[in-house]
Amino acid sequence: MQKVNRLQPFFENLVFERDDDRMIINFGPQHPSSHGQLRLILELDGELVTKATPDVGYLHRGMEKMAENMIYNEFLPTTDRMDYIAATSNNYGFAHAVETLLDLEIPRRAQTIRMMLLELNRIISHLFWLATHALDVGAMTIFLYAFREREYAMDLMEDYCGARLTHSSVRIGGVPLDLPENWITKLSKFIDKLPSDIADYEGLLDQNRIWKMRLEGVGVITPEMAQSWGCSGPSLRGSGIEWDIRKEEPYELYDEVDFDVPVSTTFDSYGRYKLHMEEMRQSIRIIRQVIAMYYKTEPAIMAHSPEYISAPKEDIMTQNYSLMQHFVLVTQGMRPPVGEVYVPTESPKGELGFYINSQGGAYPYRLKLRAPSFWHTSLLQELLPGQYLADVVTIIGNLNIVFGEIDR
Amino acid sequence: MAQHKINYLSEAGLPVALTTVDKLVQWGRSNSLWPMTYGLACCAIEMMATGASRYDFDRFGTIFRASPRQSDVLIIAGTLTKKHSPFMRRLYDQMTEPKWVISMGSCANTGGMFNTYATVQGADRIIPVDIYLPGCAPRPETLQYALMLLQKKIRKESASRKLKPKRLV
Amino acid sequence: MRKYTDKKNVQKKPYHTDRFWVAPQVSKEDVSSDEVFASDLKELQENFNIKDAYIQRGQLVVYINPGENVEVLAFLKEKLKYNFLNELSAIDWLEKSGEFEIFYQMLSTSKKKRLRIKFFIKEKDEIRTVSKLYNSADWAEREMYDMFGVIITGHYYMKRILMPEDWYGHPLRKTYPLHGDEEASWYEIDKIFGKEYRDIIGPENRDSSRVDESDTYNFSRIHHEVPFGEKPSKEVTFTDYQEEGGVFLIKSLKKADSKILEERP
Repeated sequence: MQKVNRLQPFFENLVFERDDDRMIINFGPQHPSSHGQLRLILELDGELVTKATPDVGYLHRGMEKMAENMIYNEFLPTTDRMDYIAATSNNYGFAHAVETLLDLEIPRRAQTIRMMLLELNRIISHLFWLATHALDVGAMTIFLYAFREREYAMDLMEDYCGARLTHSSVRIGGVPLDLPENWITKLSKFIDKLPSDIADYEGLLDQNRIWKMRLEGVGVITPEMAQSWGCSGPSLRGSGIEWDIRKEEPYELYDEVDFDVPVSTTFDSYGRYKLHMEEMRQSIRIIRQVIAMYYKTEPAIMAHSPEYISAPKEDIMTQNYSLMQHFVLVTQGMRPPVGEVYVPTESPKGELGFYINSQGGAYPYRLKLRAPSFWHTSLLQELLPGQYLADVVTIIGNLNIVFGEIDR
Repeated sequence: MAQHKINYLSEAGLPVALTTVDKLVQWGRSNSLWPMTYGLACCAIEMMATGASRYDFDRFGTIFRASPRQSDVLIIAGTLTKKHSPFMRRLYDQMTEPKWVISMGSCANTGGMFNTYATVQGADRIIPVDIYLPGCAPRPETLQYALMLLQKKIRKESASRKLKPKRLV
Repeated sequence: MRKYTDKKNVQKKPYHTDRFWVAPQVSKEDVSSDEVFASDLKELQENFNIKDAYIQRGQLVVYINPGENVEVLAFLKEKLKYNFLNELSAIDWLEKSGEFEIFYQMLSTSKKKRLRIKFFIKEKDEIRTVSKLYNSADWAEREMYDMFGVIITGHYYMKRILMPEDWYGHPLRKTYPLHGDEEASWYEIDKIFGKEYRDIIGPENRDSSRVDESDTYNFSRIHHEVPFGEKPSKEVTFTDYQEEGGVFLIKSLKKADSKILEERP
């Protein structure tokens, strides 16, 4: 029969029963509503949380260390596994950082394709957020509805890059492929249908009494808190601060498209829910404009820079010098100039920044990933005290945290 | 009941079938496998997608349970890190017999692409695994297929079997 | 004899570098080229000892004295309206000069500018916490301590954050190997089963290309599967999700009856 293993009782260092009627509850790391491997130690007074200590690191896989031992192109698929709900935005964040380091100019067609993929990923991520958040709060229907739409968006991603979850669809210097046939038609059909679906979700949730009672006034992030804790993305705009990196420090062609940055003035979870819904509508608006721009571009999809980027496949197959360049770039990797960059991009979760310190070698000397969820999770220490135990799940779900990028 | 009596009864219109206890019990077990919601990383998203609208895991009798005490199958969906490994062993010990383990994705199988200091190089270093599921991340169809293979494996086993000593227990 | 390896930097190195190759530099611009940064830097220079300052890829980089980090950040927050501390971490230069380089990445939403404060400290030096100014530094400093072993004074909860508390070593130092040291490779076995189980479970396989067909614990051939520990065989095993005769009360899929939709409903 089974031999008892050596594991000690886990909570021997925690005092559960105390004299002052306080109770300590351990939440996670395996909990269906912890969105991964979050562990929270909550101190309760009745049903009120008086102290919360989040514990992370259960998914720490050493990505920054991996980056120091990999050439730049090798590291790109690893970024997929950071924020695995919207993989393209991570690919793009990394590719954009390296391109800034190399000072590359990206062909316009690649830029339009990237923008379509990025906004499609934003829709996928927000749909997933809505599904899981609603499931945590108790609305099972929304989970099934939102996953249905998400599957159609995933089909589009799959048509483009062949993967459902881990895309690697953006490369350093451009995109690997032009859009497949009929892809734009399918995309147009999807974005034509989506607004009515979003209206469906809102019809189910907006005036739903349970939904409103559980979200309104819960998890209020004041502007001071948001600034001090380094919030970004929807959590920052949910605190009334209008800051969208796509608008303020535009990258790609975001300065040429017309879109609004929704801001919530109620600071609570319900405001952030409305904000996510509005962001999906804005993404649809951006995709519509980018589709029109796509048709006016030249066919080149990779930057021309023989020192850093491989030539197109036809050149590699026909020209000797291109083949040699390609061989060196694949086996030894590109060697960017000596210097450092910090490049922020607006991922669906918030500000995704890559700090790269290059010493002129084929491997980055130091790569630091600034993942938005990490900072949002640290906010839980201040956000949870004073809330009820039942609202803890609402707040965790509402902050849209993903553990792949918290622990890296 | 003797066979001639059964023939007599079924000819009279009563629905009677003969089987062994083993087959009946294992048929029941294989069609009500309750996995635990044990999402670790990226594969958990595909596991959720398998449970959601398009792939609909419920038609296999698979209903996700949040507690290890109520579940029969542990789907290790994602990267298992060294910090988390004692927790997984603890959850496995908490599950009641009979229990099965599906290791979903390359990370759980061998450590996968995360060949680093913080990752357990294969979940089978810690608990015995029944089905290994390749892919990074495996598609929902793959998970469904793995579950059906597990059902087949369960149907082959004897219900009253003595627990065989497994490698790690 | 064990092969000699350099213990100061055990990270992967390129196997070939051209002798005459000189790495190009990312251009550094003068601070006077940007009005906002020039005025910010002027105010900083009036109050603090600034060692170096330049603009790189549109962001101001300022080198300060290591002892003044809290004062400089307080000045940036209150006077110069840099309201976000976005990122903070260290870079390991122990092999080169025995130093850590610490950087603080700041953002001002009102000026729409980003700025990086940097300074060097010796390996054993301690720095003061900035988590009282910016709460966001709270976890970032813990991560810096966890990954590099930089000690921060004045922090209320200076513990490891990503690694377990009984972990040995600081993983992002250049002296720490990618695959972990001896302690790390047996961590989960020691913790769960105890040290005597090391022999039963065996060492980790870190070579992702290793294939051993006689080892049926770890490898199996498709369509020639055998139970754990038995000898590999040539016999073909049929793998399908159902027994050939079908299963009691369970419908089998009839492909002819299924219908494939061209369009989404």
